[in-house]
Amino acid sequence: MELLTPSPGLIFWTTLTFVILLVVLRKYAWPSVLRALKVREETISFALEDAKHAKEEVEMMEQKRRKITEEARKERDLILKEARQMKSEIVEEAQKAAREETGRMVEKASRDIEKQRKDAMLEIRETIGRLSVEIAEKILKEELSGDEKQKKVINKYLNEMNLN
Amino acid sequence: MKRFVLIFFLLLSGFAVQAEEQSSGEGEVDAFGLIMEHISDAHQWHVIDYTNSRGIHVHINMPLPVILWYNNSLWFFSSGHFYHEQGPQQLGNDYVVLHDEHFYITDASGTIHTDSSGNIANVSPMDFSITKNVASMLLSMALLLMLFLSAGKAYARRGIAPPRGINAVLEPLILFVRDDIARSQISKDKADKFVPFLLTLFFFIWINNLLGIIPFFPGGSNLSGNISFTATLAVFAFLAINVFAVKDYWKHIFLAPGMPFPIKLLLVPLELIGIFTKPFALMIRLFANITAGHIIILSLISIIFIIKSIYIAPVSILLSLVMFMLELLVAVLQAYIFTLLTALFIGLSTTKTEH
Repeated sequence: MELLTPSPGLIFWTTLTFVILLVVLRKYAWPSVLRALKVREETISFALEDAKHAKEEVEMMEQKRRKITEEARKERDLILKEARQMKSEIVEEAQKAAREETGRMVEKASRDIEKQRKDAMLEIRETIGRLSVEIAEKILKEELSGDEKQKKVINKYLNEMNLN
Repeated sequence: MKRFVLIFFLLLSGFAVQAEEQSSGEGEVDAFGLIMEHISDAHQWHVIDYTNSRGIHVHINMPLPVILWYNNSLWFFSSGHFYHEQGPQQLGNDYVVLHDEHFYITDASGTIHTDSSGNIANVSPMDFSITKNVASMLLSMALLLMLFLSAGKAYARRGIAPPRGINAVLEPLILFVRDDIARSQISKDKADKFVPFLLTLFFFIWINNLLGIIPFFPGGSNLSGNISFTATLAVFAFLAINVFAVKDYWKHIFLAPGMPFPIKLLLVPLELIGIFTKPFALMIRLFANITAGHIIILSLISIIFIIKSIYIAPVSILLSLVMFMLELLVAVLQAYIFTLLTALFIGLSTTKTEH
């Protein structure tokens, strides 16, 4: 029964001790401890949130980058294609022009050649005529140098004329 | 490991031999008296007994201040006077003696009068002495203040940086009390208001439980196994439960809404009794658990001296070792249960109930 009898002294001291502990710890210990824990928890959760956001942002940026790269590639391909087309067009045009020019030049050349040939032929013909006359003169002069010969030729021509 | 076991048993056998010598000198060992002495309060703090080289028994006790309230004034003594000097101490015109750890007002010769049924008829002064339990409690208060004021300072200084040293040990416990006791039992908006109270309660009970199972000098007092201590804490729990209670809680107790009238007649007294049985159960639970633990350990040790055999010592020591382990668990478990149930009751009284 001794054990179950409360003693007023101990009750008094327990009350005093517990109240002192409660007051002192409540004022000087628990607030800073609990605040630090709370702040830490909040910081961690904010940091996690931030990290999540940052990750999302990075992902978004990555996607954007990929999109831009893709677009750039497409544009490059387009430009290349256009350039290639343009090149072939230009080349074709140039070839065409060249062909035309060549044709024209060839035609002109051939015309010139033809003209020159004609001129040359005319000149040749004249020269030949002149030469022929000169030669014939010379031959005549040679042939008709003696009387005998002259008679013979006259006879000959006369004979020929007789036949007619 | 083997060497440790060997040393352990050599030490044991040494104690056992000494015990045998002692018991053969003093006759039968009064195990009941020994146990009761250990679990009761005392006005001096027993440090150690030993027999010196000249064969003289030396008792080293720490005398504690005796504070008595008698004739509307306070009287201060050292308890050493009551234990060593046999004569009664003067208290104004009267005299006071210490008999079985109780103070009685006597005449100058210090006679104790008993009535026919054996009860002591002398008047007792109010005893506000710093007894062994009070001294142990003051020690626990010093320890708690040291631990948590330094922790508070460290947290204020270091902010959100991870805790170091002892704080790294305390922090999980603080978090446990906050999250798994307060916040899990009390509604969210009110939980944090009770956290300082619950933390103080938890650590106060726990450290006193632990001091109680230390078997030598600054520990060993059965404070948290003392009904006065647990009753006081139960009163604090009672106040915490009922002072902050919401209107719904009282309505639930006094009106028992939604019940037919005859059942109301039955329920209201039950609920009224329930207000008091809740903290009463807290008081009994802590007291019984801690006291029982002390009694079991002391009984197991006493077996050696009762049987007076060295061979029982290993069994007894191993069993009490197991009990010590269990007591370590019980120390924290009872602190947890006391705090948890307080939080649970606070939670019940501070939330609006749905019917």
